[in-house]
Order: sequence, then C-alpha cells, then structure tokens
Amino acid sequence: MGARGNYLLLGVLTLCGVASPWVGGISPYYFDILIGIGINIILAVSLNLVNGYTGQFSLGHAGFMAVGAYLGSALSLVVKFPYVSIPEWTGNVLWWIPKLLWLIVAMVVNAGVSVHNGLAVGVEQLPHGAQFLIVLMYGGMGAAFAGLLVGIPSLRLRGDYLAIVTLGFNEIIKGLIQNCEPLGAQLGLNGIPEWTNFFWTFGFAVVTIFVVLHLVHSTYGRGFLAVRDDEIAAEAMGIHTTKYKVLAFVIGAFFAGIAGGLFAHFKQHIDPEAFGYLRSVDIVVMVILGGMGNTAGVVFAAILLTILPELLRKVAHYEWLPDWLQQVAENRMILYSLLLIILMLTRPQGLFGNFLGKGTLRKS
Amino acid sequence: MKISLRILLALVATLAVFGVMPMFADDEIKVGEYASLTGGSASFGQSSHNGTAMAIEELNAAGGVLGKKLKLITEDDQSQAGQPATIVRKLISQDKVVAVLGEVASGKSLEAAPICQQNSIPMISPASTNPKVTEEGDYIFRVCFIDPFQGTVMAKFAQGKGWKKVAVLTDVKQAYSVGLADFFMKGLVAGGGVVTKEQKYSTGDKDFKAQLTSIKASKPDAIFVPGYYGEVALIAKQAKLLGIKVPLLGGDGWVGDSLLKVAGSALDGSFFSCHFSADDQRPVVQNFVKKYQAKYNEKPDDMAGLGYDSAMILAAAMTRAGTTAGPALRDAIAATKGHPGITGLITIDAQRNASKPAVITGIVSGQFQFVETVAP
Amino acid sequence: MVDQLLELTQQLLNGLSQGSIYALIALGYTMVFGVLRFINFAHGDVLMIGAFTGFYLGPKVLQVVGGGPGFLAMSIVLVLAMGMCALVGIAIEKLCYRPLREQPKLTVLITAIGVSLFLESVGQLVLSPDPQAFPELIVDKAIEIPTSWGAISSLTVTLSQGLIFGVTLGLLVILRFIVMKTKLGMAMRALSFNPLAASLMGINNDRVISFTFGLGSALAGAAGILTSISQPSIDPLMGVNAGMKAFVAAVLGGIGNLPGAAIGGILIGLIEALVVGYISPTYRDAIVFAVLILILIVKPNGLLGSSEREKV
Repeated sequence: MGARGNYLLLGVLTLCGVASPWVGGISPYYFDILIGIGINIILAVSLNLVNGYTGQFSLGHAGFMAVGAYLGSALSLVVKFPYVSIPEWTGNVLWWIPKLLWLIVAMVVNAGVSVHNGLAVGVEQLPHGAQFLIVLMYGGMGAAFAGLLVGIPSLRLRGDYLAIVTLGFNEIIKGLIQNCEPLGAQLGLNGIPEWTNFFWTFGFAVVTIFVVLHLVHSTYGRGFLAVRDDEIAAEAMGIHTTKYKVLAFVIGAFFAGIAGGLFAHFKQHIDPEAFGYLRSVDIVVMVILGGMGNTAGVVFAAILLTILPELLRKVAHYEWLPDWLQQVAENRMILYSLLLIILMLTRPQGLFGNFLGKGTLRKS
Repeated sequence: MKISLRILLALVATLAVFGVMPMFADDEIKVGEYASLTGGSASFGQSSHNGTAMAIEELNAAGGVLGKKLKLITEDDQSQAGQPATIVRKLISQDKVVAVLGEVASGKSLEAAPICQQNSIPMISPASTNPKVTEEGDYIFRVCFIDPFQGTVMAKFAQGKGWKKVAVLTDVKQAYSVGLADFFMKGLVAGGGVVTKEQKYSTGDKDFKAQLTSIKASKPDAIFVPGYYGEVALIAKQAKLLGIKVPLLGGDGWVGDSLLKVAGSALDGSFFSCHFSADDQRPVVQNFVKKYQAKYNEKPDDMAGLGYDSAMILAAAMTRAGTTAGPALRDAIAATKGHPGITGLITIDAQRNASKPAVITGIVSGQFQFVETVAP
Repeated sequence: MVDQLLELTQQLLNGLSQGSIYALIALGYTMVFGVLRFINFAHGDVLMIGAFTGFYLGPKVLQVVGGGPGFLAMSIVLVLAMGMCALVGIAIEKLCYRPLREQPKLTVLITAIGVSLFLESVGQLVLSPDPQAFPELIVDKAIEIPTSWGAISSLTVTLSQGLIFGVTLGLLVILRFIVMKTKLGMAMRALSFNPLAASLMGINNDRVISFTFGLGSALAGAAGILTSISQPSIDPLMGVNAGMKAFVAAVLGGIGNLPGAAIGGILIGLIEALVVGYISPTYRDAIVFAVLILILIVKPNGLLGSSEREKV
C-alpha cells in the first residue's frame, strides 16, 4: 500500500473516467446490469466492514441506503422542506416546559431545514459534475449521521438483539420517510435526474474498496478485529470498543448512503418499499456468500449475485424447461434462501473463505 | 491458484449474461405491455392483458397491421412499485418495442411514463385515471376518463342520494387513491357536503378495525373508499362486523374478480363508478362479451374492455400513420377521433385523455347492478 | 366525553384481540430462545403454514362434519393445523438447526433467516402469491350486548375477537400446566437453565428440544387459524409482519420469560391499536420498533427479564 496504492487509486479512477462515455454507449440493458454491480459492490463492501470485520451483525443496511437516496434526491429535485412551527396546544398547556422544549426542537430542525433549502437552491446553480458530487456527499453524510444514531444505542447489544434492533431502525427510517410529504411519503419520488454513469459508480466502488482495505490494514483494523474476536478481552486490553463499533457503523453507513444516491439517480424512481428488510437481507447474503471479513470475496459475491437474477430471468424464458423450473428460476428468493441454508450447513465461511484464515464464521 | 479460479468464475458468469440474445423476426411489429399479472392487484393486469391479447389476436387474424403481424411482449410487474420502471426500460431498450401499453394502476404508470417520454416511445394506458400520468409528456396517452371527473361523479351521486356527511378512507400507498379522494372531497364540499373524518391505510393491510372505529364515531352518512378491490372487500366485511350500516362508495379500483367473493354480502347497498358494464346492450359491447366469454370462459370487466380498446386504438393509429416511427405514431394516436371502442366513443383530447361517460354500478344481493351512466 | 371513552374502549378491545395473536406467536419465540438461546426467524412463517393448512383442510372438514360452519368444525381445523405446524417445526429443527448446535450463534441465526425466506418464497410459488379467501369456519358476527347495559351496548365485540381471546387464554392455561406440572415441562425448564447439567441428569436434550419446537410451532399454527378467522384473506407473506411484531413482543417482555411474552404480546397489540386509531396507521410499525429500542436501552433484558451477567 502506501504511496503506490494512492497512485493506483488515481490511475483506476482516471481509467473509469475515460472509459465512462464509451461504456455509456453500450446496450442500455447491459449498462443497467453494470451499474447494478457497482452499486452492490459498494453496499456489500461497506456492510462487510460492520458485519465482517467488526462482527456487528447489522440487518439494517438498506435503511442507510434509503437515507442517502432520499437526501440526495431531495437536493437534486430541489425539494424544499417546510419549516416547523410550534403547535397550538403548547400554548394551552400551563407549563412553559413543553413550549420551551418545542421551541428548542423547532429551532434546531428549522436551522437544518434552512441549510438544506439553501443548499438545494445553491446546488442548482452548479455545473453538472460538481452537482452530483455534492448530492452524493450530502446523502452520504446524512447516512453517516444516521449510522451514528443507530450505532450508539446498539452498543450494549449482542448478536440476536443487535440484529433485531438494526432491523428496527431500518423500519423506523422507512416509517419516517413514509410520513414525510415533501419526500413523497408512500408514493415515492419520480423523475429523479439520470446522473449516474459508469465513472461515478465504479469510481466510488473503487474508493470504497480502497478505504475499507486501508482502514482494515491499519491500527484501526486491529481494533475492529479485536472487537469481533473477543469484546471483553479487547476492553481488558484497553481498546475502546465503543469507538470502533460506532466508527464501523458510521463509515459503513456513509458508503451505503453514497450507494443509495447512485441508485436513486439511476432508477429515477425511489419509494420506501425498495429499502426494507428484504433489501438488507440481499446485501447480507452477498457478505455471507463472499465470506464475512473477506473484501475480495465479497466483491466477487456482489458481482455474482447481481448477475444471477438476470441469468435466471433469461433461463426462465427458455421454453424447453418444465414449467415449475421456470417458475423457480423467476423467483430468485427461493434460490437465495436455499443458498443461505446450504451455505450455513456446509460452508459457513462463504465461498471464498475468511480474512486471514480466521473469521466470524467458521466450521468448528 | 485460488485467485485465478475466482476470476474464472466471474468471467464465466459475465460471459453467460453477455450471451446470445434471442433473435426476433424482423417482419413483426413489437408492442410492449407491462401489467400486474401476479400480486395484490393481479386482477387488473390479468383482465387488461386478456383484453389486449384478444385484440392483438383479432388484428393478426385479419392480416396484421401495415402488412406485418403484431407481437405482444408482456412483462409482469408483480403489483410492486419499482418494477414498472425496470421492465419498461427493458422493453424499450432490449426488446425494442415501438409502443408500450400499460398500466392500469396510476402509480405504476407514473413510474414508467417519464421513461417512455424520454425515449420517444408512445405509451397508452388503458385505465390509469390520475391526471398526472398524461402530464408527464406528449408521448403519454390514456383511453379512459380522469379522476377530477370521476371524483365529481361520485360526489354528485352522494349529493343526489342526500348523503351530506361522508367519511373518507384512503390508501396512501396508491397515487390513484390519494388523487381520487382529493377530487371527491373537493366535489363533496363544493356541493355543500362535509367530510366527517379522513382515515388512511396502506395496500396490503388486513386489519382496518381501528380506522373504521374512528370513522364510525364520526357518524357519517356514507364512506368513500377509493381503494383497490383487495382491501375494499376486507374493509366492507369489517365495517359490517363493527356495526357500520352506512353504504360504501368507491371508484374503478373496485373492479376485481375477488371483490364480491371475499366481501360476500358486506357490500350490498354500496356503489362505485367505473368505465363499462357488461349489461350494456350496444351491439359492439355484446359482441365483445360473447367473444371474450368464448375465449376466456368468464365475463369481461372494465379492465379487459379498456385493454382491448387501447390495443385497437394503437393499431388504428399505426394504420393511419403508415409507419411505426415514434413521432409520427404519436401524432396519429393524438388524432384519434370517435373511435368506436367497447367502453364508448373514444376521442383523444388535447391533454391526451379520453372524455367518456362514467358508469355507476350498485351491488345488490351480492351481484353487480347497473345504475346509471353519467356523461362528462 | 362518553363518546370518546367508548371509542377508546373499542380501540383497546380491537387491540386486545390482535395482541392475543401476537402473544401466541411470542410464546413460541420465547420458548425456543429459552432452550436454544437463538431467535428462530422462521417462526412467523409457521403461522402462514397453519393458515394454509386450515385453507386446504377447512372445506373437507366442513364436508365431513356437515351442517355448515360451527364451533366443532373450527375446533377440528384448529387441532389439525396445530398438529401440522408442530410437525413442520420439529422437521425444521431436525434438518436445519440441529446440525448447527455446536456452531456460533450467528450461523444458526442466518440459517433461520434462510429458512424463513425459503418458506415464504416456496409458499408464493406453490400456494400462489395472490391472497386467497379463507373458508368460513364460523359465521362471524357481532356479539349482541343488551341495550339495558346502557351506552356500552354500542361497543362491538365480534365473535371472532371473543374466540381469539378465549382460545388464547385456554392455550395459555394448558401451556402453563405443561411447563409447570409435567415432567417434560420440567425438562424444558432445566434445559433453559443449563443444557449440560440437564443432560447429565439424564434428560434427552434432543427430544426435549424437539418437543419445545413442536409446542411453539403448534401455538403459532393456532395463531394462524385464529388470524384467518377474523381476517379471511391469507397469502404466503402473512407471517412476516406478525412474526416481527411478536418477536418485538417477546423481547419486550423479556426473552426466555413466558408470562413476559404473553404480556408483551398484549401490550404491542394495544399500542398498535392506539397508534392507528389516534395518530396514524402510517406510524404504526415505526412506533412499535421505537418502543422496542427504547426498552432495550433502558432495560436490556426486557420488562420481566432477569439480568444475565455476562461471564468471561
């Protein structure tokens, strides 16, 4: 790594940039698959940081993706949030405490709203490339903040509890969006500008891999792994497990947010349903298939699992297959779930094994 | 060694996808269709698909259009949001269709419309009634009426029956429901009525007792439920159980085969607006009903009739334009005047909507009963 | 004022019946966690299997019993569905969870997710993803409250709601009897304290675990039938939401604690009814999970759970 690694990163990014217009010209169907691969790589690698390296089983990654997608779209669609006003009933109540509390909350929220509205209008004026970068960063930061909010309460929880709480946060984020009129509530947002292209997608995919690998091979990485392997021993050794857990969540969430922004500006339509429990499970399957804690494996798993549904869709149309097999092919969830079960029963370390030979899951 | 194995795996997978694409005969005109063939609103998609497919068959039997046979490529969006965008992209870019037929549900049409517009491919929706659908662009058409009209029709009907206080139960997951509820409430208030309570639910919900309890407490004369048949049936049943005796009112989203099967007698005394009645004695309708019954062994509903009409209008436009090229085809569709459709005389107006009468249907003893036709 | 009180009472009554369903499912979650220390994600889908068993067997039972819908037919279908689900539960445990007994908990958790998704997707394939109409096992109507009782007579308690509450109560009593007064129950309790010691005492762990699974799944099957009676539209995904809420209920009450699961279930049902009736249905799921998270922050072991010290 080191300086050479940085040059490599710059080189790859330049390559992506140069190749992008040419890649944009290929058949839209294959282009779609390619972008899908890129987005899934970002999602899987970022989740791998949390689940694989830090051993925190998060089932709510799609929630962070949603935050990134919606915040990013709110900016690019110039959605202006309304200001929060103090509700009537606080005036009727004798205590001044509710009114004061609401005042404080309203001030904070309105400050945020002003910043957002100002940013939305300001960003409109910028040239395209800068616009998209800011939109994505905005989404990513928002998601990172959400990661902070999710990470902190989850600190005391282990295994099953953590899984269900992260799931709960996913549902809460979905619920908040479903009730937010400016964000389209349950109907979703339509007509998001189509800004995603090969450069942005694979550029960020490469950046994600780069950042995660660098992080893991540094002292931070030792911290993550220590938390995964034995939290109590780590604490005893003086490692701030809190810091590492929260850090993992925040960074993982940031990149999930970026992926969400890319997704929104690719599909041109987003609605809350797309970011539910099933999406989170999709990403978790990629991480498990690739081997929790194995970045290269996870990247390949992401590619494989993006191509698989399309392959199956083709296979489903082959007339010579018996009907029921056709239907099974159409329904990729059957194969996904079977894959999960068989994998856990026979090879829990995933197709490609663990990082450094050890890992969260291994056949005892 | 290990690394190259993985690379090999990924390469093989990639090659498989970039494999040979199925070749379509060049002497066919490809028409795309996206519909909900499975899922919660499967009745919509299956009906409209049946109608459309029957039309295409008839056209091909008569020699096709512009000397070529029509090939209908249908994709199922599984009644799920997010799917229409993906499948329409595929229909346009991979299957290279010249036009797209769909969808019944307004929310899904809204998803696909920007994509058709951007690619200059005409889209004809058989039954989406939300006004925003055709506002997406000049390549988007529909062969049915729109919700400002439908909402007003039901509001006036309620007024006519003396129901001044109406509660509204909206499906917030469907753009159609939200829009129709809006227009109904405007019409109701304009006619001197009052909305006693507004409650919401989401497509897929099974339990509405909480909302119905709240509605019951507001003592309405009638309840407007502009939702889809799956939930409406359950709502009707639970309303009866909770002792709600007032009638329910609704829109064309009620048209689904399982509506009466699930609701049983709970919907007796309720009314809804729709596009078509199989009891209509006009010869063109009766002919259609006979043909449909012979082919599919069941009576056609609104969506089937509209599906049929949308395909026929597309074919007629193709013949008039003499070509299937985007802009010319679009112009030809826009110029449709007085087309003798199953669901009435169809003229496409300047907003690319069709101005047609609405049919109000009542439910008596578990059966549909024609009440009246309301002209625009 | 009276009107508002009546409305509140009605909402609470509705919530009570939904809460009973959650309680039945939550008991299964909690029992399995008690003996195996893991969350069986696939539990909610067993409810769906119970409902579909009733869907297929219902008409046949009605034919055999004759005389149309009634309590007898319903009871038979209930017992049959419970039996079927018990078998399914035992099978799942044997095939998918037993081989992983020695593995880290994460492995079996992921397997459970896989089993859940598998049941759902196979259900969609084999049983059709569209909602089906559940056969009428009892004729549901509102129970007449005599007007002489005053304003209360405007409340509606449907027969199905009463049935749900009654059956749940009955099953709870039977469960308590099994757990407290029978040998198998004692074995279950012993296992939940210390599996190694239990096996040393001559308890066949495998058998007891199978029994626990069977019992929990039977309860979920009962919940499936009861749900279908009051909401006769069934589909392969019907267990997902209920399963998740029930899981929240189990954790809320303190996972591993039987009365806690029941109380948690009722509480969640009541909270849901209040949120939907007075705030908005769109906040329902979010608030339920928010409650869960709050409880876990304040009392990580749930309302009735005991704090387990983590020993190194």
